[in-house]
Amino acid sequence: MGARVGVVTFPGSLDDGDAATALRGVGGDAVALWHEDPDLRGVDAVVLPGGFSYGDALRCGAVAHLAPVMGAVARFAADGGPVLGICNGFQVLCEARLLPGALLRNAHLRFVSRPVDVDVVRTDTPFTGAYPAGQRLRLPVKHGEGRYVADEATLDRLEADGRVVFRYAPGDNPNGSARDIAGVCNAAGNVVGLMPHPEHAVDADLSEGTDGRPMFAGLLDLLAARV
Amino acid sequence: MARVAIDVLLKRELLDPQGRAIERALPDLGFAGAHDVRIGKHLELDIDAEGDELAARVAAMCDGFLINPVVETYRWRVITDDERADAAADAPTAVDA
Repeated sequence: MGARVGVVTFPGSLDDGDAATALRGVGGDAVALWHEDPDLRGVDAVVLPGGFSYGDALRCGAVAHLAPVMGAVARFAADGGPVLGICNGFQVLCEARLLPGALLRNAHLRFVSRPVDVDVVRTDTPFTGAYPAGQRLRLPVKHGEGRYVADEATLDRLEADGRVVFRYAPGDNPNGSARDIAGVCNAAGNVVGLMPHPEHAVDADLSEGTDGRPMFAGLLDLLAARV
Repeated sequence: MARVAIDVLLKRELLDPQGRAIERALPDLGFAGAHDVRIGKHLELDIDAEGDELAARVAAMCDGFLINPVVETYRWRVITDDERADAAADAPTAVDA
């Protein structure tokens, strides 16, 4: 069995099962973590899955970021532990200030559920090392509040520091995100958040392609090399 | 105890697509002359504190949870029962009834 990767379930999480399945599909040991857990059970990496944690009460991710498990996630991230936030998980990481910016209502006000083209901008993160730079991925999005925003100074800094990890392909920005940003990372590069769903693109029988699979395979390879 | 009203809006420089949609709809609905529509949140709550302690508690609550300072701004005030947004509309008078 490969490295142990925690998948956090908040009340209202929906994609925890798919995230665990994606991890197991590349040889990982998916460890279920509950929002009330005070620690991460010694896992080697953490995934915050998509869904509607706490019914999106107040703001997407606003309640989840104060859950007991998030204190442990923050400490783990500060120690350099790999953390991936997908969709609602991205929103939670932004609310927790583990990532800059925020995710607001889609500019066109409609819920969007379709595959999008996403370019891998940065490959030296724990989740993008298996992709060649500039690789274009086909990944599904499904969200009503995925418009990435930050003030201009923050956006300039993110670009200058190479912290834009994923960008929607030109003309395929599904929500009005600033500068077509689909995913960003923290300064150290170990915390990554994105709106598209790699965990829904790992099985060609169930989805259009398997472009999400290397995100998990790359993580497992990295963790195996560390042992 | 104080009744506190908190009004929250997205920062002015951020697109508020709901506000924009309503602004565009108003003229077609016969409500001309309305501009710069912004839609936010209005919260009301009773807090067991007064004065400086009340201000400190409201600020802590807002900055730590109720608003996201990355994208939102807020104003708060102490209100009377009549100033509640859910105060009953002017009760019908005997003459109206």
